[in-house]
Amino acid sequence: MSIPARQLVKLFSGNEAIARGAFEAGVKVASAYPGTPSTEILENFARYEGVYAEWAPNEKVAVEVALGASMAGVRALAAMKHVGVNVAADPIFTASYTGVRGGLVIVTADDPELHSSQNEQDNRHYAVAAKIPMLEPSDSEEAKDFTIIAFELSEKFDTPVFLRTTTRISHAKGAVRLGEPSGPPFPPGFVRDPAKWIMLPLNAKKRHVIVEKRMLALKEFAETFPGNRIEWGDRSLGIITAGVSYQYVREAFPDASVLKLGMAHPMPERLIREFAAGVSRLVVVEELDPFIETHVKALGIPVQGKELIPIVGELDPRIVREGIAGGSAPVRAPEEVPSRPPNLCPGCPHRGLFYVLSKQKVIVTGDIGCYTLAALPPLSTMDTCICMGASIGNAFGIEKALGKAALGKVVAVIGDSTFIHSGITGLIDIVYNRGFSTVIILDNRTTAMTGAQENPATGMTLLKDPTHSLDLPGLCRAIGVEHVYIVNPHDLAQTEAVLKRELAREAPSVIITEAPCVLLPDHRKKKRPVYEVITDLCTGCKACGKLGCPAIEWVPFTPEEAVAAGKKQTQKGISRINTLLCDGCNQCPQLCKFKAILEGKS
Amino acid sequence: MSVVAGGNVLLAGVGGQGILLASEVLCEAFLLGGYDVKKSEVHGMAQRGGAVTTHLRFGPKVNSPLIEPGTADLLVAFEKMEALRFVHYLSPGGAALANAQEIYPPSVATGRERYPAGIEERLREFTPRLFVVDALAAALSLGEVRAVNIVMVGAASHFLPLEKETYTDALRAFLPEKIVEVNVRAFRAGRGLLPAQV
Repeated sequence: MSIPARQLVKLFSGNEAIARGAFEAGVKVASAYPGTPSTEILENFARYEGVYAEWAPNEKVAVEVALGASMAGVRALAAMKHVGVNVAADPIFTASYTGVRGGLVIVTADDPELHSSQNEQDNRHYAVAAKIPMLEPSDSEEAKDFTIIAFELSEKFDTPVFLRTTTRISHAKGAVRLGEPSGPPFPPGFVRDPAKWIMLPLNAKKRHVIVEKRMLALKEFAETFPGNRIEWGDRSLGIITAGVSYQYVREAFPDASVLKLGMAHPMPERLIREFAAGVSRLVVVEELDPFIETHVKALGIPVQGKELIPIVGELDPRIVREGIAGGSAPVRAPEEVPSRPPNLCPGCPHRGLFYVLSKQKVIVTGDIGCYTLAALPPLSTMDTCICMGASIGNAFGIEKALGKAALGKVVAVIGDSTFIHSGITGLIDIVYNRGFSTVIILDNRTTAMTGAQENPATGMTLLKDPTHSLDLPGLCRAIGVEHVYIVNPHDLAQTEAVLKRELAREAPSVIITEAPCVLLPDHRKKKRPVYEVITDLCTGCKACGKLGCPAIEWVPFTPEEAVAAGKKQTQKGISRINTLLCDGCNQCPQLCKFKAILEGKS
Repeated sequence: MSVVAGGNVLLAGVGGQGILLASEVLCEAFLLGGYDVKKSEVHGMAQRGGAVTTHLRFGPKVNSPLIEPGTADLLVAFEKMEALRFVHYLSPGGAALANAQEIYPPSVATGRERYPAGIEERLREFTPRLFVVDALAAALSLGEVRAVNIVMVGAASHFLPLEKETYTDALRAFLPEKIVEVNVRAFRAGRGLLPAQV
């Protein structure tokens, strides 16, 4: 057992380890927008003494804030999920040119297997495209160590540095040795340096030359970087790998020779050649794209990769073992079991809105958040979902394509945090270009899907300081939307009446559904009723079941059971409310024509 | 558990049942017990009432954070049907511990499918070492329905090579002070659900 004294070792997720690494590196400013699997980096960093951490409205702003802090001479971190880098790409590509003063690290948390994402993009390509070095840890311990190294590299080579994780790094826990906090070896302060910070073409042209020199210097650094290492073993098989794939390789082929790359970009050419020359069969094991493989092939070295290892989804030791050694271990097939997809929580205010929407014949353009789950049966009330903020532009595009025929037929649904992230400009487009699409902002007072983070409309910062609460209706009116209405989505009749009226309106309108997320502590503390089905009154019409509430359960009857329960022989069953799950939202009683759902005793 | 040098524990259940917290406590306990330990799970959309798992591996040195099908020494299912969904992860000789609680998935709750019958018989086809406990009843008797997760940790402790004090130490180290006591009682209640020799 090589783990040292207990007090120096903590069990950390990759995200907690990055937060710790940032703290030990003396980071003073960190900014992020929540996104699975990156969210816990800032949540944990914010708990350290003497740091500033914030939720930015989106990833672009987060990077700009971090870069500003770097300009002022402190170490700064921006964190985001893989698709967040798309949003932040604009400042990132030019930050590559300006370089840094205080170290600047940008964490990209990729999500192979799309556990909680809309695509499976491989952000290692960003390192090449933006000409920014990228480190790639393979467990929590390395996540912390590489974070610290990333800040050192950033200052030494005058460059932002990417730190790339994947879900199985971000959300896997492992032992981490703690160190002492330090910081950059110079005091903070902004120093005017127009040639470095003002990216007018004449300056930027000169910076580009510096960028190319820097990347050559980093390539040389990669040759001796201890994070790139050869583990010689059996030389009949040599595997080049990185990130969590390294762990799968070690599990599947404990005796093989391995070149582990801790730096995804730039790659060490001589080290790769040395390794390739020392083994008889060379294979690259990497998740998603043939990134390392393409590089190795470009060196003129024959190598196997994606013909053995899948390009889609995440890997595991079995996939690696069978891909390289062939054959397949006999494993029993999974049992046939009803699927259990994620669902909106019992009492979720979104359910009321989507139930009402499900009865209108409209195209619903969706967005990124819990409410995307309304796409699943029985609600099945969403027609599109692309990226943060896309619902509004998509709705307007459909409106313009269909012309007058689209009146009353297109509605965008978007969460409060998502609207602030990147829905505002879409709404401006509708008003500016004389549209009539209806936009519904689902305001549940939090960023729910990622685990209830504060946002600019909640009146609270990440550091739990009270702050201004963005006035959503006021903002919509300022944009030029004359018709802005707030409804309670638990009140189905009210919601339906306003929705029908606004759909018919030949002018832009915004409906804000306002009710708190049931996961918020304030809501959970509230005393809430629990509803129950009066069995004698239930006719088994299944109207309540159309909500798809997890607390409403269908109890099927055989004809004999129906008769025994005092029902007609033809009644197929009754509804039952699981009182452990019921949140008391009062939506289902509104659907029961037989008044069979009543407030219960508990 | 027959292998005390190391092992694979798969925790399975329904998002919202507190599996994440249970696995945190178990990891903390393994670390206190002097083991290297890794665990892996997914957050975000996957956790909204969907089927969730945590892979937990312990030993002198753990590489992969993921358990391969056919190699779990212990399956801890917080919901009965979820035991069936993940039972193929068990190794030959592995044990399954299942909570008798049934939580209907959408297709069952809306009457499109039936909750599977004969789950215990189907589980036994995979392992004779099947243990079904009523963790919900135990938690309710403590007046804390949310303690189902730590009741399950208590029952699972019979299969793991740690002293029972290590778990309570882990609970104290890991949980906020005001919920430590109810969870220590939940652990003991869970441990009491099975005989000492499993």
